[in-house]
Amino acid sequence: MDKSRRISIMILAGTIILFIISWIIKSNALQTSGMEGSLAIRDAFLITLAAFLTLAIFSFLYKDNPYYKFAEHLFVGVSAAYWMCVGFWSTFVGNFIPKVSTSLSEFFKVPPKGFEIHYFIPLILGIMLLMRLSSKAGWLSRWSLAFIVGTTAGLNLIRYLRTDFITQVSNTFVPLLVDWKGIGPFFSDFSLSASGQAVMTLANWVIFVGVFSGLIYFFFSKEHKGFFGGASRVGIWVLMVTFGASFGYTVMGRVSLLVGRLTFLFSDWLGLVN
Amino acid sequence: MKLKLLILSCLLFIFTAPYASGQDEPAAMDSLDMETRLPAPITQLTAFDTDNDHGHSIELSWSPSVDDGGGKNTVFGYVIYRAASPDGPFEERGIQPLGETGYSDVGSKEKDSPSYMPDHTDYYYKVRTLTADSLIFSDSEIFGPIQCYGQWFNTSRIPELVFVIGFLMVAVVFINKARRGANLFVRRLAGIEAVDEAIGRATEMGKPILYVMGLGTASEIATIASFTILGRVAKKVAEYQTGLIVPCYDPIVMTIAQETVRSSYMDAGRPDAYNDDMVYFVTQSQFAYVAAVNGTMLRELPATNIYMGKFFAESLILAETGALAGSIQIAGTDEVAQIPFFVVACDYTLIGEELYAASAYLGREPILLGSLKAQDYAKAGVIVCALIGFISINLGWDSIAQLFQVPNAFFTNLFGGHN
Repeated sequence: MDKSRRISIMILAGTIILFIISWIIKSNALQTSGMEGSLAIRDAFLITLAAFLTLAIFSFLYKDNPYYKFAEHLFVGVSAAYWMCVGFWSTFVGNFIPKVSTSLSEFFKVPPKGFEIHYFIPLILGIMLLMRLSSKAGWLSRWSLAFIVGTTAGLNLIRYLRTDFITQVSNTFVPLLVDWKGIGPFFSDFSLSASGQAVMTLANWVIFVGVFSGLIYFFFSKEHKGFFGGASRVGIWVLMVTFGASFGYTVMGRVSLLVGRLTFLFSDWLGLVN
Repeated sequence: MKLKLLILSCLLFIFTAPYASGQDEPAAMDSLDMETRLPAPITQLTAFDTDNDHGHSIELSWSPSVDDGGGKNTVFGYVIYRAASPDGPFEERGIQPLGETGYSDVGSKEKDSPSYMPDHTDYYYKVRTLTADSLIFSDSEIFGPIQCYGQWFNTSRIPELVFVIGFLMVAVVFINKARRGANLFVRRLAGIEAVDEAIGRATEMGKPILYVMGLGTASEIATIASFTILGRVAKKVAEYQTGLIVPCYDPIVMTIAQETVRSSYMDAGRPDAYNDDMVYFVTQSQFAYVAAVNGTMLRELPATNIYMGKFFAESLILAETGALAGSIQIAGTDEVAQIPFFVVACDYTLIGEELYAASAYLGREPILLGSLKAQDYAKAGVIVCALIGFISINLGWDSIAQLFQVPNAFFTNLFGGHN
């Protein structure tokens, strides 16, 4: 047995011992707080396991290691099996069975909702999709795929046209001078409030310049030179400023996720923070 | 005896007369009071089938009670009743606050639902004007019969139809041009040109290429664009005999990706080199998928990571791990919130619509190239429409801007709608 293998086994043994000690301490803590014995042992096991798996995932920050691999494979396996069960019980049993068979509905203990023959269309498409497992009838699966891609692309085209095209075009129709009564009143009533004339006017200018320069950036049929090049450069600046704001906003959200995990470790597991 | 009867009658009259008059008087007062406190009913109650829907819905409108906000000012609200016959029984369908002059009676289309509202059935409506006192109200005249039914065409979608027809015509023109060999110019896209370079790098290093399609389903436009790019990448990979790894989040996406890669290997003349295990399903749990892909990155050490499709919170985790593994990274997504993370952590990023353009640019196939040119003309159309609307708003011509409202009043009225 080489040295690195010995060290690995020692670390594994140490981890198991730490896990058991943590489990015992947590069980005692839960029992002290009034929880019934067997429930306390079960909950202590689950909390300790969750804490160790969290630390195993965090260990990836150092480098790939067997603990991370264990957590990863456990996570992938459990989630894949979980979603398969959810798919079966919610889609097949929850949606399909009640619409096609009373006896099967009784078997699965779901209330029947009356026979609807068109529910056999997705069933047939699903079976055709599974035909790809057969070398002879595998070509049938392409019909289902063509149906899925074609139908959804067509449906999405209309949805995007409505929400991203017509609505966005109409939202660009903004006045460049909001409540304009002349240069004098503009300066005399000048205010930096969000609903003030100056800020609203500036916001509308940003919309106008941002939308048009952004559209020009995404124009692929013309080389970005001259006026077109200048406008597209403004467009990419607008995009980058937007992305910067979005980046900061999302990072804040991620920090709150980290805080949530740390709270679990220090509060639920170690009990150091109330 | 007669005297006794007379005395008894007089006594009876004396003792009962006050009670009799006492009972009559309050009754007369209540009736008078109620009459004076009764609100005026609503008038001109009309009902019609809801436009542009699948049926099971009726719209009501009325002129408000004169005591609503004026007159005696006693109106508290309106209750809408519906019956299958003018004689009732009437069932309460909804309540509207004072000031309202309409109501949408929307039922369910599900036969087993308690609110099921069958089409092509006669309905009768009345509206009760309420006051603060629940006993004091007045009913409108009964309106009916009226039926609801679904429409074959949604006229509020006419602008979309016009645009789709226009877009298809332009696309067909450009596809034909491309087929005839016309040189359709598409400007250089650095991120797309880097794809070929990255495949070459992977070949030189003898390492595989990791292609991640994100979390999108096969219905997402970004995923559909990603299939086209995957096809191109797989063809190059087959030609250069490099490895390809495609971990998938969605089983349907995996199936289509397998078909795409298989076709590309056949096109490259290397069907023997294709292996179904190149494209595999991981899991449909977001972060479990990320954990698996991260592990693959650090164990397989791919020379190139390509992220094309729909990405969410996992974008930065994937891109950071790829950077840590020393891979060259090219990303493309239309998910605006995730583009910043790819910009930060990847070598090249296709921003939004560049992802859709990538497939046409890489393939140079007439259909894709023609569609790309049609998209450009559509964008030019957007710029022109936006400029027209923008100028009209600034000049105070609001009617032109109204053409772009959703739902579109102009087309709805043109085709005989109620709105």
